[in-house]
Amino acid sequence: MTLLESRARTGGMARINPVAKLGASGLIALPLIFTLDMVSAAVALALECVLFVFAGVGWREFWVRTWPVWLAAPLTGVTIALYGQSGGTVYAEWLLVRISEGSLLLAGATMLRVLAIALPSVVLFITVDPTDLADGLAQTWRLPARFVLGALAGLRMVGLFIDDWHALQLARRARGVADRGRVRRFLGMAFALLVLSIRRGAKLSTAMEARGLGSPVRRTWARPARFGTAEWMLLLIGAAISAAAIAAAVWAGTWNFILGPS
Amino acid sequence: MNTSTSVSATRTAALAGGFRWRVVDIVVASVLGVACGFLFLAWNVGYLGPKALLEPLLPGVQGLLDGPWLIAGVLGGLVIRKAGAAIFVETVAAVVSALAGAQWGGFLTIEAGLVQGLGAELIFLVFAYRLWTLPVAILAGAGAAIAGGINNMLLWFVGSDAAFTTVYMICTTVSGAVLAGLLGWVLARGLAATGALDRFGAGREVRTRV
Amino acid sequence: MTVDTRPATVEARGWGWRHSSRIAWALRDVSLRIEAGERVLLLGASGAGKSTLLHGLAGVLGGAEEGEAEGRLLIDGTPATAARGRVGLVLQDPDSQVILARVGDDVAFGCENLGVPQEEIWQRVDDALDAVGLDVPLDRATKALSGGQKQRLALAGSLAMRPGLLLLDEPTANLDPEGVVEVRDSVERMLQRQRSTLIVVEHRLDVWLPLIDRVVVIGEGGVIADGSPDRVLEVEGERLAEAGVWVPGHPPQHPAAPASAPGESLVSARGLAVARARGTMVADGIDVDVRAGSVLAITGPNGVGKSTLGLTLAGLLPPAAGQVTASEGLGGGAGAHPIRWSSRQLLTRIGTVFQEPEHQLLAKTVREELEIGPRSLGLPDAEITARADELLQRLRLDRLARANPYTLSGGEKRRLTVAAALATRPQVLVLDEPTFGQDARTWQELVAMLAALRDEEGAALVAVTHDLDVVAALHAERFTMGSGS
Repeated sequence: MTLLESRARTGGMARINPVAKLGASGLIALPLIFTLDMVSAAVALALECVLFVFAGVGWREFWVRTWPVWLAAPLTGVTIALYGQSGGTVYAEWLLVRISEGSLLLAGATMLRVLAIALPSVVLFITVDPTDLADGLAQTWRLPARFVLGALAGLRMVGLFIDDWHALQLARRARGVADRGRVRRFLGMAFALLVLSIRRGAKLSTAMEARGLGSPVRRTWARPARFGTAEWMLLLIGAAISAAAIAAAVWAGTWNFILGPS
Repeated sequence: MNTSTSVSATRTAALAGGFRWRVVDIVVASVLGVACGFLFLAWNVGYLGPKALLEPLLPGVQGLLDGPWLIAGVLGGLVIRKAGAAIFVETVAAVVSALAGAQWGGFLTIEAGLVQGLGAELIFLVFAYRLWTLPVAILAGAGAAIAGGINNMLLWFVGSDAAFTTVYMICTTVSGAVLAGLLGWVLARGLAATGALDRFGAGREVRTRV
Repeated sequence: MTVDTRPATVEARGWGWRHSSRIAWALRDVSLRIEAGERVLLLGASGAGKSTLLHGLAGVLGGAEEGEAEGRLLIDGTPATAARGRVGLVLQDPDSQVILARVGDDVAFGCENLGVPQEEIWQRVDDALDAVGLDVPLDRATKALSGGQKQRLALAGSLAMRPGLLLLDEPTANLDPEGVVEVRDSVERMLQRQRSTLIVVEHRLDVWLPLIDRVVVIGEGGVIADGSPDRVLEVEGERLAEAGVWVPGHPPQHPAAPASAPGESLVSARGLAVARARGTMVADGIDVDVRAGSVLAITGPNGVGKSTLGLTLAGLLPPAAGQVTASEGLGGGAGAHPIRWSSRQLLTRIGTVFQEPEHQLLAKTVREELEIGPRSLGLPDAEITARADELLQRLRLDRLARANPYTLSGGEKRRLTVAAALATRPQVLVLDEPTFGQDARTWQELVAMLAALRDEEGAALVAVTHDLDVVAALHAERFTMGSGS
């Protein structure tokens, strides 16, 4: 999990500025948010699959990381199918449920849309190294350094959480409370972990201040974040995918602007 | 004796709350954000079961499951007590959830976090960042829920009808008020009692002076 | 290669600090002057305010909302709060000072904050790592470093800022003996290269005295003693030893030797192999016996599996191979294998005290903490209260009965976790590094208590420890792990 690893991945995508990746996934998602129809979602999804080949993510890893998306998409589709706006022939109805031709179409479109928006984001994000992301946010987007670095430090404490968890479990067994009440014990351990982490966080912030964070001097960067050809290329690809999706929907006449009159 | 008046003066100054974030505010807010991010990750998977059970009963009642995703902003505001705390903690939690591959896609997960955090933040702002009591916490939870609910309606439930929308918005607001607001307040008090928040106003007001 | 840093002068004029959550002043009336390039050891009883002084010098105590200051604290004539960047601070906990995920990035952090030009940063990083003798590649993951390495990393991170004043706040307190030597050697090596002013706070003096020119003792009323090490220790040595400092020549008292020979074997291991997580075996072929009325000390170098063995004997971790068997007297109706006992059955048979007390705190008040075990056993309320009262008194925690366990000091938390384990009167007690990071006074108390448990109650004790003084003081049978155990 990238969250816990400090090395950036290998592969074409790995060394691109994470801010560009963020931007690309935003560019792909944005137009798809504004419309709900099958054609745009399908076109976007197809083009994205081409992109995935170059992402440097293994076949197995792709499925391991994206299974929640594959699970959530059909479930969202079912919700819309059951309760969505109806139109055309009605196939079944009871209480407040109404399955109709219209709602089924909408369900299909929603499923594809979820996949089209979520998949590229997941793929792009798993190749991101947190330290590089922080560098990118602070240097390229000029977010305040104290916040970005403080957040990064807090994020880093993740690795320590896991070592403590096992010790907390053993301690509960030793104290005689591990036989029953799993949920209560889980919550107790989670609370203890939170206390430990806040404590460590407070000590870490003292260490960071002692190393000069927050001083009025203008900060320099040991790892300059670049925004060059590769980054612009990625953004261009993102824009191209969304342009193609919009164009296809308009050409097929299925453009369905969600914020306007339906 | 002189100390008591100077002590109370320092205390009132401290309670008024500054707007500048200290480094410890940022780091602890991030720790809270990461912890809540984990909670979000667990709930991203955990909510699917109850959702499948609740949905067929009444459309929109799955809004009751929204609360856990809203607790980060409320908790952040109650602990850090500075402007922007709710937005920051909720966003960091969303970023963690996104980095680990949330099913709604990185960009939209973070956007949802921003909106939900904003909902809680506005409530804290209405009280001028001075009141941090239980009713305020409950309102903040409800505020986050309403903001998040509207966001969800626009993004994911766009094709739904009026019944669904009404039920959903009501359920999500209740969930936010109880699971995010009330629980968030209880959690903040529990943390303060352990002394972990001694560098914060939240900790100082709970612990008796020794 | 010599590095050009101007050592700083330090001056305190009647300085004091009060945390806003306290009524009493942490420190008051401190007046002293430290010349450029001096190496000072700061001593005092626990709670005397030594850490507060170092934090004040580093300018990290916080603003008006966190406390109140009086007097002046000057570094090279400027107030300490404005002198960030001139001061390097190394703290006690290795894990809480690691800021970034890669070694090189972490060392470069301070330079970035000071606005050092990018080309110069990496040169400074190399110099700093060289100065402390930390020979690891720049992209090594910081969480893969040992405790001693992490402390040296923190030292390098401070050195890269080229500070005139270096402050070390108990840098070796949380390290094993190997780590202590590593850090001390690093500091010595660094001092040979450059003349920084150095102020060290430490409990263990023998390690640091050779590097020090001057000793300052602070306590009630400010500076109590100030002068050359020999002179100050001669005058204040005894008082300091009573306050808990490990003064060479004033060792803590050892309890008497056991009067009777060890009794029957309560827990035995035969051909035991232990693993931390399933599949990663750390040691095998272990044969030990834990006998009533005696102490078994498990010793060995870092990472060899001492804690893992202790936890396996305690019935908390499953054996990877071989067996851990409990005697008839110990097991009774629960069977002969501790790992198969339920949590409740463990309570009256084998108690465990973990290395990190905070992992074991379960309740909201100290009294409740002591009552958890007996309550789980289903004892009547009167009995529960009686046991809690007895333990509170015996371990001098009665004053704190209603405090939240997390708010106790380090030594108090340690006593609390031992008391909590004793609340259910187990026949065997396993302790993981019981004297780790303790000052001399707590050490003495703990060792005396363990000896009393061994003699008066005939309990069997297992102590996993680096500390060979404990082994000697308790007349423990020693089981060494490591190459060829």
